[in-house]
Amino acid sequence: MCTLQQRGSVFVLTLTGDGEHRLGHALISSLRSAVASAAEAAAKAGPGAALVTVGEGRFFSNGLDIGWAGTSRARLSELVAALRPLAADLLALPMPTVAAVTGHASAGGCLLALCHDYCVMRGDRGVLYMSEVDIGLPLPPYFMAVLRAKITAANALRDVALRGKKVRAAEGKEMGIVDAVYPSADETAAEAFKLAEQLAARKWDGGVYASIRMSMYPEACRSVGIVEESDEEKRKHFASKL
Amino acid sequence: MATGGNLCAVEKRGRVHVITLTGTGEHRLSPALLSEIRSAVAAARRASTGGASALVLAAEGKFFSNGYDLAWARAGPAPAPGDRVSAMRAALRGLVTDLLALPVPTVAAVTGQAAGAGCALALAHDAVVMRASRGFLYMSEVDAGIKIASFVGELVRQKVPDAVARRDLVMKGDKMTAAEAVRRGIVDAAVDGGVEDVVAAAVAMAEELAGRGWDGENLAGIRKATWPGLWSKVNDCGGLSPARPRL
Repeated sequence: MCTLQQRGSVFVLTLTGDGEHRLGHALISSLRSAVASAAEAAAKAGPGAALVTVGEGRFFSNGLDIGWAGTSRARLSELVAALRPLAADLLALPMPTVAAVTGHASAGGCLLALCHDYCVMRGDRGVLYMSEVDIGLPLPPYFMAVLRAKITAANALRDVALRGKKVRAAEGKEMGIVDAVYPSADETAAEAFKLAEQLAARKWDGGVYASIRMSMYPEACRSVGIVEESDEEKRKHFASKL
Repeated sequence: MATGGNLCAVEKRGRVHVITLTGTGEHRLSPALLSEIRSAVAAARRASTGGASALVLAAEGKFFSNGYDLAWARAGPAPAPGDRVSAMRAALRGLVTDLLALPVPTVAAVTGQAAGAGCALALAHDAVVMRASRGFLYMSEVDAGIKIASFVGELVRQKVPDAVARRDLVMKGDKMTAAEAVRRGIVDAAVDGGVEDVVAAAVAMAEELAGRGWDGENLAGIRKATWPGLWSKVNDCGGLSPARPRL
């Protein structure tokens, strides 16, 4: 379902196999374990780490496992609820994160990509697509909170959420959603790795990095259930560093 | 005629109150400097009742401000570093509150490097002009390993609304030149030349804003409503109720 490798200071999280990498309970659980392992390993290793998430095959992720949910609203709600802590894990991760969008990223899969700090994408094929409006499903509040945090141009947000726009990489770059576009999946993955290495080389304190990230996306963080650190705690940390 | 304390000079140019952080040092934001700036801002506020005016904050030398006075914070033993950090944060927060509530338009003349809390202070003004040839806007906290207080986070979120610009400035610690900052919509203008040219440009902008003849209290009310997230974060004392009934 997924693998985690450590290559130097970069943790590479791969959604394995040629399938759609549908986010069902098993994959979400594996992803959460992998992300937690990366955080743990980084805590031991000291400052300067980064995460890259990449998908094998034609898909980054095609969203929640709605095949498993079928017509059951209860099951769909379960999946929505299960993805939320993974989103939280990523938004709170004590290291910079890069999504290598090597294939289609739809709905929950698009959300997964957007939970990363940086997004690089292949330009030759694949789209970012919030499909909910087209398939008649609501956008869960935390999905919307992440979209609003990451897509700040009003018409870009409108196009993605309300129009179900299928966003290719080049357009994604203009919309401020994609940071860099590469010609193929392999190059995308390779450049994502390089970017992660550069970010890791800044040797940022992981806890501080996460804290600063959370101060930039407070509503999204609240929405996924992250408890904000108090200013008092931050002050104590500041004093301890002097 | 320049007046003020040891750390900043105050003068009037036409309708513009100019506060200049003096000396060629880093203009580190110690409680002493913040207190002097706040006094100067308060004096400008009192003087503004005589007619439309505006405020410019500028600095001499290579730095606008390089952030909090960490050396002062480390000095001790009493007060302890934790309390010193609190004092600086509270003083900056107070100054940001003063600037938000000020009944005159404000312009930051970023004449040199503005880093950390110094960058935040620049962004707390209504407009920012920046020296093109030297100096960066730099949210140094991520590199320095310092967490960002929630009011500073909110200030950056309100004043740098573009997600990518904000991420690059704060989460990546990009050192932005004036040209870059203009391109990303973070500052209003890049000014060629030296410190005096930047100050002159800021004063010209401020003079134009003063010339609009805006009712000061109304301006302040609109400003607080324009940045409501920031106003509510800094204004934990409940604030003064408006003199007029709300429409």
